Amino acid sequence: MAVKFEVNGKAVEIEVEPRLTLADCLRHHLRLTGTHVGCEHGVCGACTVLVNGAAVRSCLMLAVQAEGANVVTVEGLSRDEGLTPLQASFRKHHALQCGFCTPGMITTAHALLSEEPDCDADRVREVLSGNLCRCTGYISIVEAVLDARSAYKRGGTGA
Amino acid sequence: MKLPPFEYACPTSISEAVALLASHDGEAKPLAGGQSLVPMLAFRVAAPSLLVDLRKLADLRQIEITADGVTLGAMVRWREILDDTRLATAHPLLVAAVEHVAHYQIRNRGTVGGSMAHADPAAEMPGVAVTCEAQIAVTGKAGTRVIAASDFFVGPLMTVLKPDEIITEIRLPAWPAKRRFGFQEFARRRGDFALAAAAAFYDEDNGRARNAHVGVIGVADRPLRLPSVEAVINGQKIDDVLIAKAEAATSAGVDPADDIHASGAYRKALAGVMVERALKAAVA
Ligand SMILES: Cc1cc2nc3c(=O)[nH]c(=O)nc-3n(C[C@H](O)[C@H](O)[C@H](O)COP(=O)(O)OP(=O)(O)OC[C@H]3O[C@@H](n4cnc5c(N)ncnc54)[C@H](O)[C@@H]3O)c2cc1C
Ligand code: FES
Ligand code: FES
Repeated sequence: MAVKFEVNGKAVEIEVEPRLTLADCLRHHLRLTGTHVGCEHGVCGACTVLVNGAAVRSCLMLAVQAEGANVVTVEGLSRDEGLTPLQASFRKHHALQCGFCTPGMITTAHALLSEEPDCDADRVREVLSGNLCRCTGYISIVEAVLDARSAYKRGGTGA
Repeated sequence: MKLPPFEYACPTSISEAVALLASHDGEAKPLAGGQSLVPMLAFRVAAPSLLVDLRKLADLRQIEITADGVTLGAMVRWREILDDTRLATAHPLLVAAVEHVAHYQIRNRGTVGGSMAHADPAAEMPGVAVTCEAQIAVTGKAGTRVIAASDFFVGPLMTVLKPDEIITEIRLPAWPAKRRFGFQEFARRRGDFALAAAAAFYDEDNGRARNAHVGVIGVADRPLRLPSVEAVINGQKIDDVLIAKAEAATSAGVDPADDIHASGAYRKALAGVMVERALKAAVA
């Protein structure tokens, strides 16, 4: 089936099988391999992308369901070649080791901070409870997200 | 795993959706948020020939609050319940329960109708529906019918829905402003399905409880309401002694099986503790 949507500000129109997940569509068809696939059944959060601004698991959405939607992946969050304040904060706080979970952490935290720039550590932990990290032990991730709040309060978008 | 092949349709009316479901000899399935169905496809425990996406059925997206209660369209998402500030007074038990459903990203997609149809024995929404005596409106080829929540669930992941029927609404009776309630859940990690959870509410007459409703999830093949516990509560003053009796009656009233997550004996005790905590929250 033909499906049309927007990814990171660009219109795409492609022919896909209905069973293709949005995650595989992004990775294999659109070559946006920043979105990671850890479990393929909705438990790890590595595949999180923004669909019409909301953080969703792209392994639990069919590409055909994205018809007409505005999709943003981790690649679409940074402008130019630089890091966003949230990404810079992850680097500063050593909030990644292998980096597998990082795209999902960044997209989820970006959605959270865009809506709730005043959130506290409890809320950050609650929201990130759906994202698994096998390396860091989470503490540095929570610190990185909390430290990035000021950028969202000022700029609104964190960019 | 990659999903098995299927056809996909995205109808724009309920009648079209029903006609599509009816056209595939029971092999078609509605697709709502996909947060339970897509994992089932990935595990290949479900292999429908056609998915009928309900996302364009705008009529199923409404939350309606009237003097008669709260009506949730089947496609209302968890997120929309938590964002609707009217529900804090119109149905605080619903809000308290939905706060325990899954994770942030899943709450952005998952729907109340999908949860009811999926019928996980540990899911919060079916528990709320049974405890609150909700009515479930469904539409199929034979027309529309309304099913009491207590008759809706027949086993794990099993309901009385026919293959061509879709849930359109879940109707929760009105919630009096002074009603006392509690919802308590225990799960190993935040967002996991409950090992057990309890919902309890009652109204008061001169300091005594009446109209008690107590329900538990995670301890049977479907959500349960516990009349034996309600009988302990009705007509009584709710104090620590009474709460201990209700806790004992809860554990005596359930008979959970052992599974990989917990032993039956543990869940039996836990259900009692959940009811105890729910009643303590109600009194507070
Ligand atoms: C990691 C993870 C954790 C979760 N934790 C919880 C939890 O703690 N508590 C909880 O309650 N849920 C939990 N869920 C499930 C989640 O809440 C689902 O959103 C919900 O169970 C199903 O809703 P859905 O809209 O996604 O339905 P779908 O997945 O689209 O559909 C589920 C089933 O319902 C049928 N269906 C859907 N809509 C209708 C309709 N209107 N009429 C008839 N049939 C219909 C489908 O055909 C399918 O069989 C979790 C899911 C995941 C992936
Ligand atoms: S790959 Fe999507 S949640 Fe794990
Ligand atoms: S950094 Fe390795 S999984 Fe999180």
